[in-house]
Amino acid sequence: MNLLPTIVVALRALLRNKMRSFLTALGVIIGVGAVVAMTSIAAGAQARIEQTFQQMGSNMLVVRAGSSRTRGVHGGAGSRASLTWSDLAAIREQAPSVLYAAPLLSNRAQVMAEGNNWNTTIQGTTAEYFTIANWSIGEGSFFSEGDDSQAQKVAVLGKTVADNLFGPFSDPVGQMIRIDHVPFEVIGVAGSKGQTGHGRDQDDLVFVPARTFRMRLQGGLGQYLDGSVFVSAVSQEATSMAEREISALLRERHRVRPGMDDEFTVRNLSDIADARQQGAQTMSLLLAGIALVSLVVGGIGIMNIMLVSVTERTREIGLRMAVGARPRNIMAQFLTESVALSLVGGLLGVLAGIGAASWLVGRFGWPMLVQPHMVLLAVAFSAAVGIGFGLYPAFKASRLDPITALRYE
Amino acid sequence: MSDSGHNAQLFSESSKDSLIVAASLHRVYDAGEVQVHALRGASLKVNKGECVAIMGSSGSGKSTLMNILGCLDKPTSGSYRLCGEDVASLGRDRLADVRNQTIGFVFQSFNLLARTSAQENVELPLYYAGASGRERRSKAAEALERVGLSDRSHHHPSQLSGGQQQRVAIARALVTSPKVILADEPTGNLDSKTSVEVMDLLAELVDGGMTVVLVTHEPDIAAQAQRVIEMRDGEIVSDVRNGQVGAES
Repeated sequence: MNLLPTIVVALRALLRNKMRSFLTALGVIIGVGAVVAMTSIAAGAQARIEQTFQQMGSNMLVVRAGSSRTRGVHGGAGSRASLTWSDLAAIREQAPSVLYAAPLLSNRAQVMAEGNNWNTTIQGTTAEYFTIANWSIGEGSFFSEGDDSQAQKVAVLGKTVADNLFGPFSDPVGQMIRIDHVPFEVIGVAGSKGQTGHGRDQDDLVFVPARTFRMRLQGGLGQYLDGSVFVSAVSQEATSMAEREISALLRERHRVRPGMDDEFTVRNLSDIADARQQGAQTMSLLLAGIALVSLVVGGIGIMNIMLVSVTERTREIGLRMAVGARPRNIMAQFLTESVALSLVGGLLGVLAGIGAASWLVGRFGWPMLVQPHMVLLAVAFSAAVGIGFGLYPAFKASRLDPITALRYE
Repeated sequence: MSDSGHNAQLFSESSKDSLIVAASLHRVYDAGEVQVHALRGASLKVNKGECVAIMGSSGSGKSTLMNILGCLDKPTSGSYRLCGEDVASLGRDRLADVRNQTIGFVFQSFNLLARTSAQENVELPLYYAGASGRERRSKAAEALERVGLSDRSHHHPSQLSGGQQQRVAIARALVTSPKVILADEPTGNLDSKTSVEVMDLLAELVDGGMTVVLVTHEPDIAAQAQRVIEMRDGEIVSDVRNGQVGAES
């Protein structure tokens, strides 16, 4: 028996009861639509989280000095200046999983230029930091290692600072600014990073070389590193390894005995990213699971209608058997019908799902990412639903006795 | 004549020309508490090219016999050989093939598929015979021409008169070139005028060498057959060749 006429017969039977076929398929349409919409939106959310962390700098670790404890009162992290400049050098040279390490010293100061002034954060760091934290250059250039070692008075402005001091359309590169009355030459403007998830403006800052910062703004080249160390691991997978290496290294250098508190903290941003990622993934699995349940419910709807259809067409089945249909012909006919029903429902569901997802995106500004493998999976699952739930009615039809079926009223 | 003697006579003859050889067929229906004996040992033999009419009042078991001969039903006991093959030994698939290839069944209520054209109704058996699309179309057109309905091939059953519907059903029975046509009260739902059309068509088939067994309760229709079998209470009470005097019982 050939397939094409079977399909034609099945489709014709379905079209004979258009409304009923549509309502039956609706269960699958909603199920598949929900799967596609949910996974698209969840994938979009996941991509956004990933993007946020990428912006912050992937593979990034932050080492801060430990807390002070004076007569039982704990200060905040970094309140005890226990990190030294030689610790930074050791991290850079002795931890194998560390690719880059840079200091980040921070101060608030008034910045003046051309009669404008602006209060902002001054960050003293080295050239490696721009790579670690994923900064891009907007205009001019970043400062170099040489600028740092020679304590050059050069500055890279964040976009917000540049706009406020020089106006949005001028080119500040080559201009002079004063930070706490010390003159600096602007050699670059950093590319905009925008706001953080919490609404903090990441572009409201000025970068100067760390050595310049210490000599001109902090007052002297002390032994202690009064800030944090930003570290970039060799890869995202190596961040945890790098974290352990740094801890061990610093404990050894600071002679922390086993069982005693660290004098520093190491924060692993990629762990946080992973946790968020995991959360989004769990959410998306949960939603897809609920959607799959609705697909199963849709399948039961198909089974119900197929059973009704078999009962209704008992005489037709009897006639077909009387003119020579084998049981498997009858089985194939009804199975084709239920698969056609669920497959068409599945395809309409994909359209409905994409439509619903893009409507939500337009309405609430959620990101969306249609995942082809989820679409395929949903359609395949709907076909499986058609087979699974069509099997029993089709089998029932094929086992009918010809004369009983013909006499059925 | 005793039952066993009748059987012995049936099987002693050479069955070279015998298409249908049925011996002491019993059919018992379970109707809840009681058992209904629809057939109580019916035996008959039909030769190739014969036209046999089965008569009897309603409930005499003639339709049950017909369904068993048409392989739509199975006897509770007794043997049935069709073209020398023991039907009881056949599986579901082989039985389907027998219904498809060897038998053409014509029902009282036509049993055409609704909302399906005459052409497609006639094509149906060929579809299960595995014929190609082209073969189906040409053979179905040929069968429709044979019953004089070429011009109605695209009409649906609801657009055809009762007589025309029955002729489409006969075309469907003919289309696989079966060895025997079994017609269960083919004129039962028709008025006398259209009955004549259908009977003329069946007579034509007999003239062309087709074996036809038909059930009827109208004597004038039975009179057109070469042989008339009468049934009562599940038994064959007479088997007469037309023009022959006397009845065996």
